[in-house]
Amino acid sequence: MENIMQIKDLKTYFDNTNVLKGVTIDIPKHEVTSIIGPSGTGKSVFLRTLNRMNDVISTFRKEGTILLDGEDIYDSKVDVVDIRKRVGMVFQKPNPFPKSIFENVAYGMRVHGAYKKAQLQEVVESSLKNAALWDEVKDDLDKSAMSLSGGQQQRLCIARTIAVEPEVILMDEPCSSLDPISTTKIEDLIHKLKNDFTIIIVTHNMQQATRVSKYTAFFLNGTIVEKGLTDKIFIEPEDKRTEDYITGRFG
Amino acid sequence: MNRMIPPKYAQKIMNVVFWAVGILAIAILVMVIGYLLYVGLPQVNLTFLFSDPIDNGAAGGIWPSIVSTFYITIVALVVAAPLGVLAAVYLAEYSGENTFVKTIRFATETLASVPSIVFGLFGLAFFVVYLQMGFCILAGGLTLALMAIPTILRTSEVAIETVPQSYKEGSMALGSSKWQTVIRVVIPAAIGGITTGIILGMARAIEETAAILYTVGATTTVPVSLFDGGDPLPLHLYTLATEGISLPNAYGTAAVLVILILVITFSTNYLVERYTKKMMGR
Repeated sequence: MENIMQIKDLKTYFDNTNVLKGVTIDIPKHEVTSIIGPSGTGKSVFLRTLNRMNDVISTFRKEGTILLDGEDIYDSKVDVVDIRKRVGMVFQKPNPFPKSIFENVAYGMRVHGAYKKAQLQEVVESSLKNAALWDEVKDDLDKSAMSLSGGQQQRLCIARTIAVEPEVILMDEPCSSLDPISTTKIEDLIHKLKNDFTIIIVTHNMQQATRVSKYTAFFLNGTIVEKGLTDKIFIEPEDKRTEDYITGRFG
Repeated sequence: MNRMIPPKYAQKIMNVVFWAVGILAIAILVMVIGYLLYVGLPQVNLTFLFSDPIDNGAAGGIWPSIVSTFYITIVALVVAAPLGVLAAVYLAEYSGENTFVKTIRFATETLASVPSIVFGLFGLAFFVVYLQMGFCILAGGLTLALMAIPTILRTSEVAIETVPQSYKEGSMALGSSKWQTVIRVVIPAAIGGITTGIILGMARAIEETAAILYTVGATTTVPVSLFDGGDPLPLHLYTLATEGISLPNAYGTAAVLVILILVITFSTNYLVERYTKKMMGR
């Protein structure tokens, strides 16, 4: 099994507030890894450290290493823009740009210098197909993305992310604002996407973790209490705290 | 507790009061514009619009003034719009909060409240005399630009600040740089507010008299170059009225000025609304 990302003893600080207190985990390639745990335990911070989205916060500071294909993503020689291209992100609330559906998906390619209409059209179509949205929007590509439903918007955001062909896709509770049917569609999509991408998903929904992911890590108070195969964690957890959490005794 | 007026009636009374105040605000506007158009419009015809004034405007038309207003407004906008918008981008997206930035904000607010005649005097001293431009369209336009910058800056800054953080994060997460995010996402999303700011600044420039009184000269021929003098509509109107040249022609000029401003405001509003609706999918 090949690991695409290796996180070693990751500690994060905002000013002097210590959020992550030493997180070590390997992320296997072309698999789905779930991050579960109660609110305020640093799951989102962890995710946003993996594509350097925390860099925009001036008080943010980290210790430890994060390797992507063996390369330290926080190395001074590394271009943060390149990292974000290789590690894409889907947010909790769908956040399409107030542009047309086409322009939303083409955005990443345009930013990275693609401008030929034919090329853009081809990638927009394949990305929307991969995101299981093509059939619903193919006649309305010029319409505003804001006119789509919440579930469609989230699939559009996924299409937008895969259009730049990242290696890893981070998903921060991507279904938390969606109805059950939209949620099912996104989960089906995650299953399909893992053939081409590595996915790390933060979720508050235990069933979702068992449905979509092969591996799970349980976060508590800025540390990983338990990590491993999802089936093992949910059926016979080793740690008492993990068991308490997944059986709903806290969180 | 003993109330003088039962809440049910108090509510009704206040409804009427608010309604009346609202109507009053509209009524004043309608009255002023209505009166101006009523008195002024009869003077306005094609000859009035497109011919040169005779005897300083006692007879003839206002064509040179229309051209002057057009030129001077373009000069003001070409200078003020990029400066104001770029400064707004800097303040809203790049600067953060520090003493320097606070000083900039304080300065623009002060600038916005400086009386226009003071701008006029500055324009005279700086552009006309010190930079040796003489009385001309350029000196007047630059003076108006100085006046319009704070309006454009403040309105644009607010518009840029209201662009949701989630748009910016979405853009950054796709690997775009800060500048690309600003150009491709933030400014398009704020374009409605930015345009409003530019139009407000332009309206301030187009109707301004005091600031150009000492800078643009009062040549009543059609200006050809930026270094020619001019006689923009408000200045022409001012001269006609204060020097007792022709009150009817003053009203005619005022009517043209008002119509010009109304047309600009409404057409821009229409375009901005159409664009926003399209982008937001409504």
